[in-house]
Amino acid sequence: MLIHISVKLFATLSQYTPDSSDQYPVKAGSTVSDLVKQLNLPEKDVKLIFVNNKKGMLASVLNNNDRVGLFPPIGGG
Amino acid sequence: MLRSDFIHAIKKDSDSRIFPDGTAYTGISVRTVEKLAEDFKTTGRHVEVSALEHQILPDRYARNMKTFSLQDQLLLLKSQVTIAGLGGLGGLAAEILAREGVGRLNLIDGDKFEDTNLNRQLLCTNELLSVSKVQAAINRIVKINPSIDIDSFDEFLNQDNAEHMIDGSDVVLDCLDNIKTRFILEKAAKKNGIPLVSAAIAGNTGHLTTIFPEDPGLSSVYGILADNKQKGAEDFLGCLSHTACCMASLECSEVIKILLKNGRLLQNQLLIADMAENIFEIIDI
Repeated sequence: MLIHISVKLFATLSQYTPDSSDQYPVKAGSTVSDLVKQLNLPEKDVKLIFVNNKKGMLASVLNNNDRVGLFPPIGGG
Repeated sequence: MLRSDFIHAIKKDSDSRIFPDGTAYTGISVRTVEKLAEDFKTTGRHVEVSALEHQILPDRYARNMKTFSLQDQLLLLKSQVTIAGLGGLGGLAAEILAREGVGRLNLIDGDKFEDTNLNRQLLCTNELLSVSKVQAAINRIVKINPSIDIDSFDEFLNQDNAEHMIDGSDVVLDCLDNIKTRFILEKAAKKNGIPLVSAAIAGNTGHLTTIFPEDPGLSSVYGILADNKQKGAEDFLGCLSHTACCMASLECSEVIKILLKNGRLLQNQLLIADMAENIFEIIDI
């Protein structure tokens, strides 16, 4: 069974944004780590994980209509 | 100097003024502050502090009213803020805090301006290439507001000098350009019990948080320091002026709220921004 989430990829990760980023299908029970693999993101660049405006982890399990944001490390000034 | 003579002179040289909303106040002009500082062999900041203590508003701060009260302005004038890094973030932060009347600014940067700074760093001009960033900031602040007392360190912050450099500050502003030094600054701020406002940018994106000594802080943003490279996505995306200025403005807003103890702070929260998508969101971290 599939669920749908919205995915927002920031900075250098934005180049991996899928076409259907607002309604992106993943298998029910998928984790952020599964999503990272599905999107072919370099895992070492996924530094900040947000799920519904709260900090998440690679192990966070995704639910239908979750809003996921992924940020690489940034340090410029 | 006789204190009574000094206060008498301030009162004598102040006049009644009208705010745009029609209400009256007693003001003292920029030129009068300068003259009194010279006559009484003191600083412009001392003149302005003494004026505000007697309900007299230096005209240079008139448009800060009534978002700030006279007491707020007095508190800002008595406050010290450290700006660590005087590049894209720190240059604008120095400008904003000087204009808003944060009375003591402590500036830290060991760098000199180079060609690649011109795209975004407010203080960098063609004429100032190869000039020290600290010196450029001092010159700019003096031109804007000579009442500001300035301390400065024309050297790079490191783990041996950080605590000493920020000692005595009410707030520290992280405007640095690399992840490793940000952790050094945070450690020193925590050790000295000083709140830290930290922003970072890359390309069109930025994030910002306010860290009190008891907070997890940067580890909530970057994880463990050892897992990070010196630089982040900015090495690939560069740093744009509009992103730097936006995030520096937000940093200054946090500084003012910390100093005045009002408003909502980004404590244990991260404001993330993506200028390309007009995304501004606050995340609990």
